[in-house]
Formats: sequence, C-alpha cells, structure tokens
Amino acid sequence: MPKVKLTDKRTGEIQILKTSPADGGWGNPVIYFIALCVIAICIAPVLYIIVNGFRDNSQITVKPAGFPHPWVLAHYIDVLKMSSFWHMAWNSLYIALITVVVVVVFGVMASYALARYRFKLRNAIYLLFASGLMFPLSIAITPLYIMMIRTHLAGSPWSVILPQIAFGLPQTVIILTPFLAAIPKEIEEAATVDGCTRLGFFARMVIPLSLPGVVTVGILTFVGSWNSYMLPLYMFSDQSQYTLPLGVQMFSTAHSVDTAQVLAFTSIAMLPALIFFSAFERRIVGGLTGAVKG
Amino acid sequence: MSESLSAATAAPEIALNGLTRSEGGNHVLPPSSRPRRKNSGGIRAGLEVTLLSGPAVIIFLAFVIVPVIVALYYSFYSWKGFGTPNPVGWANYKWTLTNPQFWDAVKHNGIILVLSLVMQGPLAILLALLLNQKMRGRSIIRVLVFVPYVISEAIVGIGMSLMLQDTGAVNDLLNAHVGWLSSPKVAIWTLMFILTWKYIGFAIILMLAGLQGIPEELSEAAAVDGASYWQIQWHIMLPLLKPTIKIWAFLSIIGSMQLFDLVYVIWGQYIANIAGVSTMAYFMAQNGRLSGQLGRGSAIAIVVFLISLVVAIAYQRFILNRDTEGALTEAGEE
Repeated sequence: MPKVKLTDKRTGEIQILKTSPADGGWGNPVIYFIALCVIAICIAPVLYIIVNGFRDNSQITVKPAGFPHPWVLAHYIDVLKMSSFWHMAWNSLYIALITVVVVVVFGVMASYALARYRFKLRNAIYLLFASGLMFPLSIAITPLYIMMIRTHLAGSPWSVILPQIAFGLPQTVIILTPFLAAIPKEIEEAATVDGCTRLGFFARMVIPLSLPGVVTVGILTFVGSWNSYMLPLYMFSDQSQYTLPLGVQMFSTAHSVDTAQVLAFTSIAMLPALIFFSAFERRIVGGLTGAVKG
Repeated sequence: MSESLSAATAAPEIALNGLTRSEGGNHVLPPSSRPRRKNSGGIRAGLEVTLLSGPAVIIFLAFVIVPVIVALYYSFYSWKGFGTPNPVGWANYKWTLTNPQFWDAVKHNGIILVLSLVMQGPLAILLALLLNQKMRGRSIIRVLVFVPYVISEAIVGIGMSLMLQDTGAVNDLLNAHVGWLSSPKVAIWTLMFILTWKYIGFAIILMLAGLQGIPEELSEAAAVDGASYWQIQWHIMLPLLKPTIKIWAFLSIIGSMQLFDLVYVIWGQYIANIAGVSTMAYFMAQNGRLSGQLGRGSAIAIVVFLISLVVAIAYQRFILNRDTEGALTEAGEE
C-alpha cells in the first residue's frame, strides 16, 4: 500500500492511517488470493488444451477432466510431421509479414506527413483515419469479397493482405502521428543547418527515433493478422490457401472423433502468438498504458 | 488491426485503437511542429506530402470506403459470384427485414451488447482497483490476464467447444449433464462467459492504465483526511476513471456489434440460430458468402452498417460528454 508509506512522511497523520482498514494487514493476502483465482480462470482453458494433447483418446473418453497418465507425445509429433500444418503455418506467416511491413512503411510515411507538414487536407486525412478506427471489417467484408472476385484476386494471399493493410492503417497512423510530432523541432533544425533535406531527415532521424512506436504497432498488426479468421474464411475456398485459424477449424471438423489429436494441433497452432506476445509483452501492455495515460 | 479483422478479432483491435483515441481527447491532432518551413516548400512540399500520405490514403479509401459503395450497388442485385448480376430492386432488403432469423440475430446482438457491459465492466474495474497497488508479481499478473486476449478466436472456439460439449471436461468436473452449448437457455450464458473470459484482460489492462494516470497525490490527500481505502476508490478513483470507462464501453459495444468468429467456430454454420446465439455478422455470413448470395449479403451488410451507425451515434450523443467527445466524435475539429 503505497499510500501508507507516502503519508508516513507527514508526521502526525501516521497514527490515524495505521488504524484505518486501508493499510490493514488483511488487504494484501486477500488481493493475492483474488489475483490467483483470476489467473487460474484465465489460464485454465489454455492449460487444458495443452495438457490434454498429451493424453490419448481413451484417457479423454474415460475421464474428460484429468491429467495425462501416462504422458503421450505421439499426437504432438504427428502434428509436427504433418506437411499440411507447416503449409498453413507458412501461409499465416507470409500474410502476416507482408501485412506488417506494408502497414508500417505506409503508416510511418503518412504519419510523418500529418505530424510535420502543414497542408490543406491535413485535418481531413486525420479525420478519415480516425473514423476508420470505428469502422468494423465485418461490414466491408462482403463487398470486399465481390471486389476480389471482380479483380480475380479472390483466393490469392493478396485478397487477405490488402484489406488487412487498409484496416490496419488507421490505428497505425493514430498511434504514430503523436509519436512523430513529439520529436523535438531542434533536432530537425540542427539537421537542416547541417544540410539535411526534410526527406533526408525522415530517413536518418525519424525512422530510428520512431522505432519504439513502430515496434508496438508492428506487434499489434502481426498478432491481429495471425489470428485473423473471418477474412480468410471469406476469401479462401481451397485448402492449400488456408491459414492456421482456418486450418485448426477444418482439422477439428475432419478429426472430430480424434479429440487428442485436435487438442495437440490446436496447442501447437496457438504457440507462436503466445511466444510472440510474451517476448514483446512489455511493449504491448506498456504501449496501451502510455496511450491511455496520454 | 485490424487486422484481424475478423469480426470478433477486429473488436480488440479497434479497441486498441480506441486507447489511442483517449489521447486524442487531450490534443486532437498534435500540432505539426514545423511552422518555420510553412512557406518555404511550395510545390516541393506539396509533392512530398502527396508521396508520403498518398499510398496510405489510397489503400484506405480503396478497401474501406469503396466497399461501402460496392455493397450499396450490389445490394440491389442478385449475384452468385459469376455471370451477370441480376437487378432485383429492394428484394434483398425486404428479404432481410422480414426474416425472423435476422431479428433474432439483432436481439441476440442487443443482449450480448448489454450483458458484455454489465458483466465485464464492474468486474474489470474491481479487479483493476485491486491490482492497482504495489504488490509483488504485478507485471506477471498483467501478462497472464492478457493471455486469453492474444489467442485467436478460432483456437479459443475449438478449445471451449471441446471442454463444454456434453461429454466434455466441464460436465465431468462438475459431475453434471448440462447442455452448455446446445441448450437454448444456457447457450447465450455460455457465450457470455467465454466472451468475458476472452476480453476481460483487455478491459483490466485498460482500466489499470487509466488508474495509473490518476495522480497519487489525490488519494494521498484523501487518506490524510481520514478516508478509508474503499471511500477513496469510490469517491476519487472511480469518478476520475470515468473517461476510461466510457471509452472501454464504446469499444466493447463495437466489438459486440460485430461478433462473429467465436459463434461461428463454436456453433458452426447452422446451429447458432437454434441455440439462440446467432449474431448479425453470423446471419450475414450464413446468408451471404456461405450460401453464395452476394447481393443479399451486401444488403444485410448495409442494414447492419446502419444499425451500428445508429448505436454508435446514440452512444456518442447521449453517453459521451465533454471529456471524451473530442476524442471520439470531433477528432478532426481543431
């Protein structure tokens, strides 16, 4: 309880505070207990998926809620040997990487223009992207599919990548614009004095300085693309184009009796997002915190 | 994120965006920091601006704004994805608006919208207040609470449907025989539980961030004056958290309106109607893309668009007031 410590400095008030329930000893254990319960609820379904992939079907049938006995590795190994799994993982990765690169490059460029140039349409463009934040993809998805059929792109990775870029740009621009506007004018003036053009300043100073914001935006875009389900469902009809979320669902339908195998497949499919998230967790949670604080 | 664009996934992403919107509240569009060269560039500066912002604006217009026009156009045709579109007038709209399943879906969306606010809001605020103290392992708690949010809806759907099926782990654990997914009375609550589980972490992180923006001096001063812990939370922290709560609520509403992934993965293409969990986006996919009726799907999209627009405007008009209006409604007004 920080308050207690801080108020300690103000002599005279300490006594009152110590007797109030605010800093009473009961607070902490209760909070830890609640925190533990919350964590248990959050994690249990994830653990269920992972742990049950190590059981075989007869174990699961006899006792649906139980621990592996013995632990069976075969299901996980089978999944890793599946060429279709690796193919779908590659599709997911390919789509996510291109989406991230284009969103970041175009997003930084547009944010730079909005942050550091004054021009007539500046407010209009900013408003356009701000309203795009609230525009749900599910509304645009049917006409997007029509457009992709009309341009013969339906079924190609670009039919998913292009809409993802368009729907990823608003958040990128809105996050990065204040970021770029915050780069001190003095740095730019100094660069100008040294003979740097505005575009040269962009390449040499802005890009390195905006890296933290770019990383946050990149992670959000990557995880979003990796988990994306409705767009690939609309665009892809051939299994060879499927991304992992589609593949997981297809696999679970096709192997509905082989629960253990489905669970193993599902847990491997969710690993990349989990690893990626835990590696960059500080940036995501920190980025959110910073955004709200602003 | 848009990315993700899948309906349900999009929710969070848009949510993320929303966070930044709160920032916009304070300074709508950050002032450009280069008044000095204002007059220097002329044509050259104009060219630079065009080159820099052009690609993003074009892609955005082409794949976000143009689709609305395309949907409007095709909503008056019958088209199966090949051949020549056949004009049908208002038939697609009539079909949609007279379809009881559509109104069921609207009703379910309304229930989901309200229950999401009622279930997740107070819980997230309470947990954020509890976690907003210096305690060991707080950063680990924040990460673990966020885990469900990061996992794809498709994977959550598969895992949950295996756990909750009649012979699944949950019934085994409770020694019960509840039709968590199949019973029409229970299914909507099962869905609400899954949604709460999936998105509460995001709400908690958002509220925590809001709480951390409240100056510590305020609660210190109240403590000095003898206010109890809960008095401080109720009379100081909660009112100051209001802007964050309103933004979260708006994001939650947008997410509820476009829920699709979880419902489709768990209940499949047909059963959601019977189980009483179908949503507007589900109805649109089912009767549009998945049945090859792209004109009809476009008409449903337009109707859903109008409904969402009314809800969003109503929310901004009646709930959001001065402290956030700049962020959400008048983003461009300087």
